[in-house]
Amino acid sequence: MEVLIIIAVICLIISILSDREKTWLGIKRGLKMFLNLLPVILVVLILVSIFLFFLPNETIVRYLGNDAGFIGYIIAAIIGSISLIPGYIAYPLAGILLKNGVSYPVIAVFITTLMMVGVLTLPIEIKYFGVRTAILRNVLYFIGAIFIGIFIGLFYNI
Amino acid sequence: MKTFYKKNQISLLLIALFVIFTIISYVFDFGTGKIIFQEHFFSFLKEMILFLPMMFILIGLGDVWISKDKVEKHIGESSGIKGLILVILLSMAQAGPLYAAFPVTYLLWKKGASIRNIFIYIGAFCTIKIPMITFETGFLGWKFSLLRTLMSLPIIVLIANIMEKYLKNRHFEVNEI
Repeated sequence: MEVLIIIAVICLIISILSDREKTWLGIKRGLKMFLNLLPVILVVLILVSIFLFFLPNETIVRYLGNDAGFIGYIIAAIIGSISLIPGYIAYPLAGILLKNGVSYPVIAVFITTLMMVGVLTLPIEIKYFGVRTAILRNVLYFIGAIFIGIFIGLFYNI
Repeated sequence: MKTFYKKNQISLLLIALFVIFTIISYVFDFGTGKIIFQEHFFSFLKEMILFLPMMFILIGLGDVWISKDKVEKHIGESSGIKGLILVILLSMAQAGPLYAAFPVTYLLWKKGASIRNIFIYIGAFCTIKIPMITFETGFLGWKFSLLRTLMSLPIIVLIANIMEKYLKNRHFEVNEI
């Protein structure tokens, strides 16, 4: 994380040296995005804080931890498919879940389905591609996400 | 400012409730409230307070320097391996949710991109965006991020191949909305 902040600062300096006005526009645009998301980010943090207080750690580990096996992938894939969370919020959330015992492969399945499978956005997708193509794409990615989880599990369990 | 309040009414209300709850917990020494704030909420917040604004500035800068027109100009000009690499690289630079990829898909299709490249674009757009990768490495570590990206690439290409094989002779088209 520190490395990324340093990279961001370096990019910022290069940008300032190249074009001051453009840089200012970029900073404004970025901070505006941040401020617009801040209330939602805070609410997610609050809800997760409360949720983690009441949900015992052992339960999380049992269903979504390293030894949960296939059931963990399926739970993660279903939750990822039906939720509509932007990445800016999903990654901090995933980081918190990881620290509370959720395994890397389960996080990978969750992230992949979150990005690639959209049950709630299916009506939009159908408008563009038609029913058959939209459903086929979502089903294939649902399966693909589980495979990504399995592969990552192979690397992280060694 | 007014639209900000209107749009986030419920969120702001919940935040206010949480603040009040936390203050009361501290005043009356209520253990549950103190633990929720100190051990969970505050430790999460501490981690993000510098990182998130910095990343958003980075995204803003990327937005200013890499314009969308540039991306769209290059799309669909060539197919084959060169076109494939180009499509992946272009989609990596952008940010946005899944459904933000569909309008570009229409453009791709109109310009004669193959079915395979269209679905590679969607896959790459969703999984390996540079702004998102910065978040991913920040919160989940570079090893995870690298592994997930490397695992995703062959799966994206494989699924695009299956889609093309299946849809080739079945009147595939992308509609404009």
